[in-house]
Amino acid sequence: MTIKVAGEQKQMADGITVAGLIEAEQVENPQYVTVSVNEEFIDAGDFASHVLNEGDEVEFLYFMGGGR
Amino acid sequence: MAFTNEQLERYSRHIILKEIGVKGQKKLLNATVLIIGAGGLGAPAALYLAAAGVGTIGIVDADTVDLSNLQRQVIHTTNDIGKRKVDSAAETMRAVNPDVTVNTYYDFVSSANIMDLIKDYDFILDGTDNFPAKFLINDACVMAKKPLSHAGIIRFKGQLTTILPGEGPCYRCIFKDPPPKDAVPTCKQAGVIGAMGGVIGSLQAMEAVKYITGVGELLVGYLLTYDALKMEFHKIKLPPRGKGCAVCSDAPTITKLIDYEQAACELKH
Ligand SMILES: [Zn+2]
Repeated sequence: MTIKVAGEQKQMADGITVAGLIEAEQVENPQYVTVSVNEEFIDAGDFASHVLNEGDEVEFLYFMGGGR
Repeated sequence: MAFTNEQLERYSRHIILKEIGVKGQKKLLNATVLIIGAGGLGAPAALYLAAAGVGTIGIVDADTVDLSNLQRQVIHTTNDIGKRKVDSAAETMRAVNPDVTVNTYYDFVSSANIMDLIKDYDFILDGTDNFPAKFLINDACVMAKKPLSHAGIIRFKGQLTTILPGEGPCYRCIFKDPPPKDAVPTCKQAGVIGAMGGVIGSLQAMEAVKYITGVGELLVGYLLTYDALKMEFHKIKLPPRGKGCAVCSDAPTITKLIDYEQAACELKH
């Protein structure tokens, strides 16, 4: 199936979960990433159970602590 | 307030813009902006806001200029090494534009002083380099209903969002709590490309100018990310404000400011 990850179309296996996508996309510091699916945040506790569907739009939001 | 001939000349490129004009320039001259952190983000933001004629600019920093700062903190020069950053930044801003009143605060932000620091300013710009400060500033601005430009930079990446408390989502809507000490690297540990501060800090200044003049659409409800290696900007639409947010929901669970523990390596920097 096709899903959109950070604005890019990607082919992923049917039934992939948010946790599975985090692994597939090799997300940095995965325990601290915020994930939105179709403009809604997913609780970190639901990453393993939240199954993605065809056409879903997923965003990863990362901590960036620098500035000075 | 009438413009002097010198001011008409100085701000001519603003005044000629139909969105700004004489009216917008007057708004800028009457505006007050507080910049927290006189470093990678704060330096370019302060330079552009001073040049733009923002009438009063406050700058908060408890650090002194170090040789390793000069790779990106363009408001300080080699001659400023050892000076307080707030003094060095104020000197440069006054030299750029004598119209600007600069207030300096040689201090760290904490729960004890943040409300007092922000209270007299129209717009707050977060240019700090650590999560305890970023969460503190967010919470204080939400509680005091102060518009805030939040930003972060690391390596070849940067991001920012504009927070209008009560209207759009806040920093804590995106990130519930600061990560544990040293779990996510800082610029000092990971490095940052110097021009990143220039890109993101200038975008923060742009948001401040737009907010003050009421021009265009603010980055409220969006996180704009920039990846310099891919040369890509990406605008992430955020969910609406407050849903389960500990500080900005209609029934907040955080009602007092929190001083999170700083990573030891961040204390000096
Ligand atoms: Zn919030």
